[in-house]
Amino acid sequence: MIWKEVFVLLRKELLLEWRQKYAINGILLYLVSTIFVCYLSFNLRQNRLNPVTWNVLFWIIMLFTAVNAVAKSFIQEKKGRQLYYYTLVSPQGIILSKIIYNLLLMLVLASMGLFFYSIVMGNPVADMPLFMLNVLLASIGFSTTLTMVSSIASKADNNGSLMAILSFPILLPMLLMVIKISKHAMDGLDFSASKDEILTLMAINLLVGAVSYLLFPYLWRT
Amino acid sequence: MRKYWWKVVAILMLLYVIVGGLMFRVPRLNILNETIRALHFHVPMWFGMIILLFISAFYSVRYLSKSEQHLDDKAIAFANIGVVFGFLGLFTGMFWAKFTWNEWWSGDPKQNTSAIALLIYLAYLVLRHSFTDEQQRARVGAIYNIFAFAALIPLLFVLPRMTHSLHPGNGGNPGFNAYDLDSNLRKVFYPAVIAWTLMGVWMATLRIRLKRVEQEVIEKYAVS
Repeated sequence: MIWKEVFVLLRKELLLEWRQKYAINGILLYLVSTIFVCYLSFNLRQNRLNPVTWNVLFWIIMLFTAVNAVAKSFIQEKKGRQLYYYTLVSPQGIILSKIIYNLLLMLVLASMGLFFYSIVMGNPVADMPLFMLNVLLASIGFSTTLTMVSSIASKADNNGSLMAILSFPILLPMLLMVIKISKHAMDGLDFSASKDEILTLMAINLLVGAVSYLLFPYLWRT
Repeated sequence: MRKYWWKVVAILMLLYVIVGGLMFRVPRLNILNETIRALHFHVPMWFGMIILLFISAFYSVRYLSKSEQHLDDKAIAFANIGVVFGFLGLFTGMFWAKFTWNEWWSGDPKQNTSAIALLIYLAYLVLRHSFTDEQQRARVGAIYNIFAFAALIPLLFVLPRMTHSLHPGNGGNPGFNAYDLDSNLRKVFYPAVIAWTLMGVWMATLRIRLKRVEQEVIEKYAVS
């Protein structure tokens, strides 16, 4: 029952995106220009980034892109239309469809980002499958947390800076795990070395997801 | 007497903790020496903070199910005092660290995670200030409060244990029990935890009562 709702809503989100090409084009340009700014600022034609910087810079760029990309998800639609949805579907359907949509968006952004980033900054990753698994887990975590936070921030008036201050401290533990796993992937360490971190990351994702799922119906009512 | 006996208990226990914590015999340990007395003033701040924030999250849950304003007043009062305790814990910890680890801030995982925790709760306070409508502030605030408390659990209890830390009980350092075998410290430490927490609850109840008085004054003048 709920999955049917989620499917319909997800289709609506994707269709809206396809027709307007609003979020994806804007945010892709944001991503590419940020990467280019970093490239020119580090003056990479003469220097090479050391692996730690490469890793951290990539995830910081992804963090800021994610915050900007997801921030729109509840502001984009008018209050009246949200009221209309309220009469039609369950809040759980809304939050799940938004999380899945943002997850897809994050995956597109992360892979495009990695592509451009590798072109200009080089790609020192040794264990690509582990890195991609890490990207997937990070996208799940980012999209869940940020979808919930953006729905909270959209209720307040000045939500530009609010989005960042509400989400950064919550995302930090996740980000630390992600950076650690991705460093392991770059060094080509054995999978068992990053098992603890992967499990912790999944546990955090699960916790945040469950709390969002439970709390969103209360938020939706206001 | 029936209602405020626990305040008397809190005062007496705090007096005992201050006198006992500064005067009692403590074990002689390398590096720590006399600074081990900070145990009675630093660690209870964290215990107090977590208990107060838990009470705050509890009232937020109750608010969401009942939507009564006084429950939200309680949640914010406890969160405020919890943040104060957190800052006190951070500062007392920094002083202690200066004398034992020789740095105000040594990037210890527990220092970092507690700083992040304070950032989360400061964001909660900022979020509340950005609403003008009281009901909406209460509801959205309650939701973020619960969300924040859930995010706090891995931050405070799981992550610091995964990395090396200078704190006792982490990453190969001796645990708390290793150096208070003579149990002299324990005689002061446990009362200290209870006394400081009671103090925090007392401070929170004062703020709740102040809020109630303010509201009654406003209502009275709004009518006349």
